[in-house]
Amino acid sequence: MVQNIIDVRNLSKSFDISSKEPGLKGTIKHFFRRQTKSLKVIKDISFEIKEGEIVGFLGANGAGKTTILKMLCGLIYPSEGSILVSGYIPFRRKENFLKNITLIMGQKQQLIWDLPPIESFYLNASIYDLDKFEAKKRINKLSEMLEIDEELFIPVRKLSLGQRMKSELLAALIHEPNVLFLDEPTLGLDINAQRNLRKFLQKYNKETNATICLTSHYMKDITSLCKRVICVHEGTISYDGKLDLLLKKLSPFKEILIVCRSEEDAFKLENSGFNVKNKIKNEITIKIENNSITSSLKTILNNFDIEDLFINEPPIDEIIGRVLIKKNHDI
Amino acid sequence: MISNLINRKIFTLLKVQYSNMLEYRVEIALWAISGIIPFFMLNIWTNNNLNESINISDVMLSRYFLCAFFVRQFSVVWVVFSFEEDSLMGKVSPYLIQPLNPFFRYFAQHLAEQITRFPFALMIAFFFFIFNPESIWIPNLVILFLSIVSTFLSFLIQFLIQSIVACLCFWTEKASSIERLLFIPTLFLSGLLAPVVSFPTYVKSWIYLTPFPYLIDFPANLLSGNETNISRGLSMQILWIFLLFPLFKKIWSEGTKKYTAMGS
Repeated sequence: MVQNIIDVRNLSKSFDISSKEPGLKGTIKHFFRRQTKSLKVIKDISFEIKEGEIVGFLGANGAGKTTILKMLCGLIYPSEGSILVSGYIPFRRKENFLKNITLIMGQKQQLIWDLPPIESFYLNASIYDLDKFEAKKRINKLSEMLEIDEELFIPVRKLSLGQRMKSELLAALIHEPNVLFLDEPTLGLDINAQRNLRKFLQKYNKETNATICLTSHYMKDITSLCKRVICVHEGTISYDGKLDLLLKKLSPFKEILIVCRSEEDAFKLENSGFNVKNKIKNEITIKIENNSITSSLKTILNNFDIEDLFINEPPIDEIIGRVLIKKNHDI
Repeated sequence: MISNLINRKIFTLLKVQYSNMLEYRVEIALWAISGIIPFFMLNIWTNNNLNESINISDVMLSRYFLCAFFVRQFSVVWVVFSFEEDSLMGKVSPYLIQPLNPFFRYFAQHLAEQITRFPFALMIAFFFFIFNPESIWIPNLVILFLSIVSTFLSFLIQFLIQSIVACLCFWTEKASSIERLLFIPTLFLSGLLAPVVSFPTYVKSWIYLTPFPYLIDFPANLLSGNETNISRGLSMQILWIFLLFPLFKKIWSEGTKKYTAMGS
């Protein structure tokens, strides 16, 4: 039986935020009497993640995804509730816990800017108590997986964003962590670099059975890596489950573009009781429920003279976009 | 455990930071040159014969200010500014989840810079002796060793004070403004502008209860051969380190609970 590696119970987080009215009057008022209010950004959430799972955290900007990741890795202190990651309370930052996890933030870097990445790798290796031989072995293995070689010896400031991100990953994974927290790891990368990074993460997960928690605004990251997603809406979990189930739930129809041999056939099809989305001359688009696709297509092919037929999946960005603005009772 | 930490982590950090510092050698040379306040002060003291009032000869006074320059070069600390910037920009976040306190990185950075600026400081001393040949002296090995120890202790005290102030970033975000408050007493009471012996007796007795005279005055007097109570000076330095270290640990552990990982 696969064990839970992350266990979150009734977790909440509040931040004290100071507010200021606009203009000079507001500035003076703010100087003498600062107004702060407590803002609850995470509200009583609970979930579990099993060892080896890749879970995507989805949510609009400011929904609380990154705050959840920061609490899971022990960077910030929860206001209420409990978290256990690999059996440790993250915020206590015990050495054995820290040796088990890593956090990669797409827009932040830990590599030393003026030195080649290899220097940062050996530094991290010594921080994680790896001897030189082991460090070299791991650097070779990871650089092969990430397909980087010469870049290791070029100062970080001279590397492209994609090369830098690969080096960041290597630096963050040199201690072979069991739990990876990735906050928008593909941010700013071009399509090829994004694809390579996803390939690497899939491979890493397969080879090491590491658990990966990921946030991303690129739906391709989520769909190609995560079977399970947790949707966060205004600090609460609006959905926690399989991605394909969510998609089915939110988009129970498929769109089928049918090209009829004649306009007459198209007219007949339009009036045969199907849910027609639009019709242009002999081309007609109908919406069919996922569970009746086969029978409906059989009927169409048997009764109408069809020249061509295209089944379109609804655009995933559009569906997920709908999730991001929904509360759980709407999903 | 501790020896492993010192041998491997700190040594590697030091090596990496030294390589990093060498990328900025011109800047470090300029920094070294910018620390010549003691020479200006020497000029003011000797031109106005101020040393007569405290019974220090011109030669001993010039040695004192040269030593003050050296001690300052190897004990100057800027951790509050580095930490504040890193904290506000979110750069501290990746370091916080590594099994090594981020302050070790800053510590290694300072040590690496001291090693880098050593040849420049020697060069400045060389020119100083060319213009003041009567000031040349060779301290005996024991005194030299004790001076190096006390300079390092002075660096530790300043590092701890600034680290404590730096941790206030967790509450105020602009901890460097608090550091400015400490800058004034450090400047006047540390012996950088005038040997502490020149203060009135009543004031002196209070000054010696603070950590400031042990930052520059004591190590500089020790190295230059001026009269000083070595055992008292070293004991006070160690005492201040023992007082400041637990305070730093406490403020660090409370502060990290307040950390919001801004900018990341």
